[in-house]
Amino acid sequence: MPVSHANGQPRWRRRTPAAVLLAWLGWFAVVAVLAFSWQFISERTIWMFVTDAPSQGADLLARMLPPDWAYTGRLWKPLWDTLNIATLGTLLALVIATPLAFLAARNTTPALPGLRPLALLVIVASRSINSLIWALLLVMILGPGVLAGIIAIALRSIGFIGKLLYEAIEESDAKPVEAIVATGASPAQMRLYAIVPQIMPAFAGISVYRWDINIREATILGLVGAGGIGLELMASVNVLAWGRVSMIFLLILATVLASEWVSARVRAAVT
Amino acid sequence: MSLGLLRLEGLSKRYGKDAPALDDVSFSLDAGEVIALIGPSGAGKSTLIRCINRLVEPTAGRIWLGDTDLTSLDRRSLRQARRRIGMIFQEFALVERLSVMENLLSGRLGYVGFWRAALRRFPQADIERAFDLLEQVELGAMVDRRADALSGGQRQRVGIARALMQTPDLLLVDEPTASLDPRTSRQIMRLITRLCGERGLPAIINIHDVPLARRYCQRVIGLRAGRIVYDGPASALDDSVLTDIYGEEDWDNQETPAEGSEEDVAESEA
Amino acid sequence: MSARVWRRPPMIADPRLRWGLSLAVVVYLILAVGSLEVNWQRVAEGLERGAAFAAALFTPDFSSRGADILEGFLESLAMTFVSTTLGLLLAVPVAVGAARNLSPLPVYLICRGFIAISRSFQEIIIAILFVAMLGFGPLAGVATLAFASIGFIAKLLAEDIEAMDPKPLEAIRATGGSATQTLHWGVMPVVLPRLVGVSMYRLDINFRESAIIGIVGAGGIGATLNTAFDRYEYDTAAAILLLIIAIVLLSEYVSGFIRGKLR
Ligand SMILES: Nc1ncnc2c1ncn2[C@@H]1O[C@H](COP(=O)(O)OP(=O)(O)OP(=O)(O)O)[C@@H](O)[C@H]1O
Ligand SMILES: [Mg+2]
Repeated sequence: MPVSHANGQPRWRRRTPAAVLLAWLGWFAVVAVLAFSWQFISERTIWMFVTDAPSQGADLLARMLPPDWAYTGRLWKPLWDTLNIATLGTLLALVIATPLAFLAARNTTPALPGLRPLALLVIVASRSINSLIWALLLVMILGPGVLAGIIAIALRSIGFIGKLLYEAIEESDAKPVEAIVATGASPAQMRLYAIVPQIMPAFAGISVYRWDINIREATILGLVGAGGIGLELMASVNVLAWGRVSMIFLLILATVLASEWVSARVRAAVT
Repeated sequence: MSLGLLRLEGLSKRYGKDAPALDDVSFSLDAGEVIALIGPSGAGKSTLIRCINRLVEPTAGRIWLGDTDLTSLDRRSLRQARRRIGMIFQEFALVERLSVMENLLSGRLGYVGFWRAALRRFPQADIERAFDLLEQVELGAMVDRRADALSGGQRQRVGIARALMQTPDLLLVDEPTASLDPRTSRQIMRLITRLCGERGLPAIINIHDVPLARRYCQRVIGLRAGRIVYDGPASALDDSVLTDIYGEEDWDNQETPAEGSEEDVAESEA
Repeated sequence: MSARVWRRPPMIADPRLRWGLSLAVVVYLILAVGSLEVNWQRVAEGLERGAAFAAALFTPDFSSRGADILEGFLESLAMTFVSTTLGLLLAVPVAVGAARNLSPLPVYLICRGFIAISRSFQEIIIAILFVAMLGFGPLAGVATLAFASIGFIAKLLAEDIEAMDPKPLEAIRATGGSATQTLHWGVMPVVLPRLVGVSMYRLDINFRESAIIGIVGAGGIGATLNTAFDRYEYDTAAAILLLIIAIVLLSEYVSGFIRGKLR
């Protein structure tokens, strides 16, 4: 505790004067950045529209209610596509991410130098880019459709699953590994008998968790043409059919809640 | 001097720049001989037996198993040599989420291919051997029980059976009883020495419990700071020898009370 | 002696359930893959484009649309800072409201409902609504990200508050402390350290999201990126993607560093 002596009286402060100064400078910097940011945004805003926002909002709400129930008939196929994008995308990601995780984990990566950094790089790149951006890219390359959506979901999920899985591998108990090695098992057999059983619960939990996230993400990929219910959403927004939009919202909400429930149940069961 | 089944010649191990954990250790082991390796904590007991199957790479010296020099083997031949060496661990080192049978079969991994192992399609002879061993360690009823649902004594018996699944020529045992209560410890030691005796299987047993060592092994090697300070019959292990090995201490060294009857291994598990 | 057989016991003991489930999975996969409509000719053409894009990753072009890129990133960063701060300030009262040990049932239900809605919808869907209300531009983006941040931060905070040891709270109440005093002396010390970590984390998410909500007109680098893809300007798109990755990595590093310091 910093105690200074002024007029012979010991005085206690929480921080040293230098630390106080630094803290003030920190706060000043934060406020300055915020002020500058706000200024920047404000310059690019047409405030006339904004003053109008409450009435716009009320208007929007009025148009959204009631939802266009009859429209659901046309939504089942896009919903089915959305489900497939999430599920097949997750499966594809699992197939790629699992070996990747074994390459990235310190205790299972092969002795080949450079392989582990490369695996980590793939994981990081995949994780930094949102699935919607992957979808933009893939729609450009493959053309619009569900396939682009599946691959976009997979590309984003590889990093997520790969990271959590390689952390689980690194945390696994080393004793059985040693015991299996001591029997004369090959490295591949060692991974199969000593590591795989240990990471099984983590594997199941991570897969289902990511599947749940992917359901959400798959609902919007259609905004850039990558299939699913987002396509209908974009179409309805473009023609200002707000009753349809609210119907789609309700469906998305129901799907997301259902998948969340499934995911929570499965994760509770495996751990 | 007979050429033993296992011969260590000038074995040394140094971790990094530390003082050597093993310093010029030589001895040989005859067929059917079960020796206890004793010594204070940090003396290098675990290091020694791990050097033999090269879980730890020795720094210098040679290890002969029959006429194979274990220290000079490449990866492939090392794997083949490891099949001949069974190992039993202090904390059992079972794969917790696999069943008892799968843990036993993992002892045969050196003999089967990847896919057979993955699909659990082991040769019938391996399955038969596993059932026989389960009988011998009194776990016949637990074939499909998961290893994490077993008691400590039961786990160690699975560990023993896994090592014997290899039909090894040599058994390495690292403190088999340190995680067990005194009674179970005796049962486990008795089981190990009995099974070794039946097979004429030589074994090196690391153990902290001197009375147990004296009781179940004919020969004792004492290790201190990486050097052998005693190598002789268990019966000659007196206070002065113990002081040599462990340092000055008041050895409360009465004869261990003889066991009343040869109790059966599994009685306490009933 | 007869041969003793051993098979690994199946994961699902009931054979009808086991076969039924396997069959269902197979049927689903067949239907799902069957319902893919893939234009293979288009895909084949696309591979060439894919290769061109991959090549562009090694020759990113930061300059020809330099002004747009700079503008886009500044906008993204400004949106990130403002929305995270706003979200943080508003999340605290919502979190208190959503903590069962502090709030009466009606308030609790309203706050929990708000959190559920804010978390169920993707940012970009919320952005569509805010763009409709506030017009195109970064303000809609700020509103979107702030809205999403409230739900995110409030949920984590509310869990912390609910997990709090009740004794200090009772002690403060017992000494006759008012509601605000309870919050200040009982709740804040628990929540504050956590708040920093959570908001660093959210800052990170908000930046990533700010890179995409531009697609529906809510400002940020997303619009620039979208245009680059539309015009097949691979080099520019590659430059933007690389910058996004770099900023995400940097912010992950910085927030990890700050959180490490605080621990
Ligand atoms: N992996 C390692 N890295 C560095 N030093 C080690 C390693 N393993 C063991 N040592 C050191 O080597 C020496 C011998 O250790 P070892 O484990 O062989 O002793 P031990 O006789 O088995 O002891 P204990 O009875 O406690 O099990 C000790 O000084 C120990 O610190
Ligand atoms: Mg040891």
